[in-house]
Amino acid sequence: MDLIVDALRVKLGKRTVLHDVSAHLRPGRVTAILGPNGAGKSTLVKAAAALVDRSGGSVRLDTQEVATMDPRARARAIGYLPQDATVHWNIVARDVVALGRLPHLGAHAAPSPEDRAAIDRAMHDTQTTHLADRPVGELSGGERARVLLARVFAGEPRWLLADEPLASLDPSHQIDLLARLRTYAAGGAGVAIVLHDLVQAQRAADDALLIADGRIVAFGPVAEVMTADTLARVFGVCVAPLDDGGRRLLVPVGRVEVG
Amino acid sequence: MTRTPKLLALGLLVILLFGLSLGCGKVWVPLDAWFSSDPRWWIILELRLPRAVLGLALGATLGLSGAVLQGYLRNPLADPAVVGVSSVAALGAVAAILFGLGSGPAIFAAAMLGAGGAVALLAALTWRSPSAITFILAGTVLASLAGALTAFLISIAPNPYAVAEVIDWIMGALTDRGWDDITLALPPMLLGGVLLMLTGRSLDALSLGEAAARSLGIRMGRVRWLVVLGTGLVVGAGVAVTGVIGFVGLVVPHLLRPIFGHRPSALLLPSALGGAALVLAADSLVRLAPGAGEVRLGVAMALIGAPFFLGLLVKERGRAWI
Repeated sequence: MDLIVDALRVKLGKRTVLHDVSAHLRPGRVTAILGPNGAGKSTLVKAAAALVDRSGGSVRLDTQEVATMDPRARARAIGYLPQDATVHWNIVARDVVALGRLPHLGAHAAPSPEDRAAIDRAMHDTQTTHLADRPVGELSGGERARVLLARVFAGEPRWLLADEPLASLDPSHQIDLLARLRTYAAGGAGVAIVLHDLVQAQRAADDALLIADGRIVAFGPVAEVMTADTLARVFGVCVAPLDDGGRRLLVPVGRVEVG
Repeated sequence: MTRTPKLLALGLLVILLFGLSLGCGKVWVPLDAWFSSDPRWWIILELRLPRAVLGLALGATLGLSGAVLQGYLRNPLADPAVVGVSSVAALGAVAAILFGLGSGPAIFAAAMLGAGGAVALLAALTWRSPSAITFILAGTVLASLAGALTAFLISIAPNPYAVAEVIDWIMGALTDRGWDDITLALPPMLLGGVLLMLTGRSLDALSLGEAAARSLGIRMGRVRWLVVLGTGLVVGAGVAVTGVIGFVGLVVPHLLRPIFGHRPSALLLPSALGGAALVLAADSLVRLAPGAGEVRLGVAMALIGAPFFLGLLVKERGRAWI
């Protein structure tokens, strides 16, 4: 199922945050959404999940308009992990993960064996099975992030959208979480993540979508899009190459001097 | 212990306290008098039974609405008073009393009208942004406005007897409530209770935040209507027949979280039972006060509730979800 953003325009208040954004995202790949602060990355992800109103254009899953889908059907198709994801009550981890099954449950039906199996799988895939009975308030930041990722996995969405999932994670947990997202995409689902870390984006993503001032600057395979020139233009940074086991990564090392 | 035995234990407690409420008071009615032709039977049937039924319904709906509002607003300090519905309902009743609209049904209608008005205002104020913060702000403003208007009405009251009646009523009590009060209050309480019970799953999803809840297919507009209408019905009816009785909605979910867990939907039924138990117990206690009169239930609840809640805060301080 392709995720097609077509001439999308979003206004927040009177400010136009996204100007005619178009991109054709394919499943089975990880797409990194990159851009400076305030570029419109989070808004793009939210609009794709129909969480903000558009003032023009469309977002479609193949031919189906996302905004007009039945909310529960949409929730089954698109999983969304918000920025700074938190849990407001001290719920045990397994109950948090089980929330991911809500769009699959009948009106007042109890979870089916199928639901329970999906929860077990999600917790296994994120290595959180041993945390099942622990209240989330007692977990470490890394453990909580894995539980919240398991919540999205449990819904088995065809598309997984995550808004800065690496924030507040240490490097080992960042690498770990990106690896799990890659595995999820390898299973045939679409994965689009908002990232700030350019190096992690180059390592983990297949495609990169660069966005600045609400407009798409470049979109395509990481190696083609994330060039020294483009990164200097979009982020104002100069980069140095780093050899990563035969692969050449560009690492930001300083600001581009203007003038 | 799993959930079912805990629920059964809580239900048993409610039944025991219901029985206690029938038995105790200025005249203690022993169990053997209930089934004979003892004249004290009439005390039970005409005075204590309606009072106990009302206490049960009031406590259950207050506990339930507290649990729902805390879950909906993701704020452990929320209760029906915070969203202003109690205050505006009280304002309606006070106006009816002061303007001499008579008794019973007129006061009831005025309080329900107040609750309905509060609900409509809340809905209008939060129409464009149905977020928890707007809801709390609008409710707080509504509560202080209603409080000020109530004070204003009392200050311009035409006669001192009406003022005395108002103050007596505001303090909140289950004393001398009869079957006619119950026939008025029970239908809206039942309907509101059903609406509130329907929110469980949405409240669970909301513990992940509004955006995540919506991404899970939750219709925020529907949830808001269930919460607002349900609260309006149960609180309006409760205030209309008993006056203002606070602290139940606030304290009960806190008491039950360590036992039933923090998941909002898992707290709804226990909070209804716990609220009923608390009100029945407190209403039995106030009758045992020495002297001819009795302590007002609303006053007693605040006197017991406030220090208790402070103690809870001190014990649990440092935890984000207190």
